Amino acid sequence: MKTLLEVSGVSVSFDGFRAINNLSFQIGSAELRAIIGPNGAGKTTFMDIVTGKTRPDAGRVIWGDKSVSLLGLSEAQIARAGVGRKFQRPTVFEDQTVRDNLILALKKPRDAWSAILFRASKADLGRVEELASEIGLWERLDDPSGALSHGQKQWLEIGMLLAQDPQLLLVDEPAAGMTPAEREQTTKILVEAAKTRAVVVVEHDMEFVRRLNCKVTVLHEGAVLAEGSLDHVTSNQEVIDVYLGR
Amino acid sequence: MTPRRTTLAAPSTITFLMVLAAFTLAVTVMSEGIGQGVVSTSFVKTLGKTMCLALAAVAMDLVWGYTGILSLGHFAFFGLGGYMIGMWLMYARTELIVLASLSDSTIPATASEITDAVGTQIFGVVGSAEFPMIWAFADNLVLQLLLVVLVPGLLAGVFGWLAFRSRVTGVYLSILTQAMTLALALYLFQNDSGLRGNNGLSGLQNLPGLGHVSQDIVSLWFLWASALALGLGYLFCASLVSGKFGSVIRAIRDNEARIRFLGYSVEGYKLVVFVTTAMICGLAGALYYPQAGIINPAEVAPIASIYLAVWVAIGGRGRLYGAAVGAVFVSLVSTWFTGGQAPDISLGFYTVQWVDWWTILLGLSFVLVTLFAPKGLGGLVDVLNRRSDPK
Ligand SMILES: Nc1ncnc2c1ncn2[C@@H]1O[C@H](COP(=O)(O)OP(=O)(O)OP(=O)(O)O)[C@@H](O)[C@H]1O
Ligand SMILES: [Mg+2]
Repeated sequence: MKTLLEVSGVSVSFDGFRAINNLSFQIGSAELRAIIGPNGAGKTTFMDIVTGKTRPDAGRVIWGDKSVSLLGLSEAQIARAGVGRKFQRPTVFEDQTVRDNLILALKKPRDAWSAILFRASKADLGRVEELASEIGLWERLDDPSGALSHGQKQWLEIGMLLAQDPQLLLVDEPAAGMTPAEREQTTKILVEAAKTRAVVVVEHDMEFVRRLNCKVTVLHEGAVLAEGSLDHVTSNQEVIDVYLGR
Repeated sequence: MTPRRTTLAAPSTITFLMVLAAFTLAVTVMSEGIGQGVVSTSFVKTLGKTMCLALAAVAMDLVWGYTGILSLGHFAFFGLGGYMIGMWLMYARTELIVLASLSDSTIPATASEITDAVGTQIFGVVGSAEFPMIWAFADNLVLQLLLVVLVPGLLAGVFGWLAFRSRVTGVYLSILTQAMTLALALYLFQNDSGLRGNNGLSGLQNLPGLGHVSQDIVSLWFLWASALALGLGYLFCASLVSGKFGSVIRAIRDNEARIRFLGYSVEGYKLVVFVTTAMICGLAGALYYPQAGIINPAEVAPIASIYLAVWVAIGGRGRLYGAAVGAVFVSLVSTWFTGGQAPDISLGFYTVQWVDWWTILLGLSFVLVTLFAPKGLGGLVDVLNRRSDPK
């Protein structure tokens, strides 16, 4: 499988504290990957580095067929290159409708001039409604997204990710605050999405990770502790000691 | 599914434009110029000026209420627009006066003699007679009109590019914009600024070559022009905020980090809004000062830009009509209080003189509105709407 993202030897410190320590990570162009690890392991910081929010002190982040470095690009440029991200705390634009949130995310030219001239076509509106049904928010399309429940906001954010149609999806704790039924639906969407693109899911819930049924990377103190199938990593003594045993 | 609302269909836009048109018509038929003479010419000018202030407030709402950039420097752009048109008005009129006085002499004056004489007339007060570089186009109305929008646009572009690129936001940005307008005011105060120092530009109410038209009529021309500019400016801003562009800038206001991860260049959008609104303010200023008759550096003092923000806050930010209503309401009330019309209140031991106390009253209302009615006067509209269509 072709490598889509290659992170190698990356380190970052906050005021002397090493949050990421010589981390290396690779993912192929149509792959589902789960990242697990204790609180403070550096999972979110890893996503911050890939999406350009945090600049690493050392290391390389190489992207795509043309092997461009993401380190010189701004957050917006990285997003336009095809990296989508869902945050740990759901962040949607609360005083705008569900529909407007989805339209904002739709894959379209991002410059100001295009936004001024933009008129949603039939196809665009159709796509928005299709996404809305997929995330169970079709009936809420015209409601302000601030009125949604926590779980629904999570959904909306996942919907926005799909609307962006990225090549790589970074999803931070998507199942937090969801009912079991909602979790199941989330699993389905993520597995489905990973058929055509790379998806990285950070999650604490082992049941959820098991259902994803994919390769797992265990992070600890900013570095990879183990990698492989869930059964493989959960039988690793080190992993049991730092994560599962607690 | 309901289609996305278009600008023209938005009820508030239509209402606003109709009220504006009706108001302008009413003032016209009651004016001294061609109407009943109930409304004095000086009040017609006050109303025209107020419309210009409302236009600046609408622009301020776009930059602050919608995009979340609390610029405390937009009145600098307003003033610059005034200076740009003032240069042409002053030059052209002085030239006519000089030509008239030279027409008696036997030998026709050369072009450079005329320019020198005009220069002496204009710059005598600051002890100079030379035309500074910046007056290069002052004899050309079309070019000077272009400068009305280009100069504020350029200043806003350079300032915004530097500030947004370094991701200066929030209160730091507000302070920087204050510094910008202060620096501009200090520069203009200098006698060698090329704009007559603290004398400013005067006689702007006299249109060159139209000296025979009475101010009663000229005031109406400007009233109509101001109303037209306000109407078109409002429509323009309303169309900007109603579509996807509006959606993006409100997203920037609410969470600029998040919208970056959707691939939008926050800096680019902010720059577009900053420059566009600076140009609108420039235009508003260019219509305002011919009605005021004079512009001087005190006009672009930092406090003026703060007033602009206060109007928008009191009117209700994030809704264009709120900004316009706030500007009209506060500036007219302010004229009433500071113009000596408000009766002083005698408390026996102390007399409340409104000329002094008005600012305190205004400051107090600002604090109260911010604390207890963050939607401002516009919030009243919500209350009325809720009453009229109970859900
Ligand atoms: N901007 C920052 N400044 C200082 N320290 C930070 C910053 N960002 C992260 N850290 C620290 O880096 C470490 C890794 O944090 P990170 O958020 O990546 O952990 P995580 O694996 O996502 O944890 P969780 O499971 O709780 O979400 C933590 O100790 C955190 O306190
Ligand atoms: Mg985290």
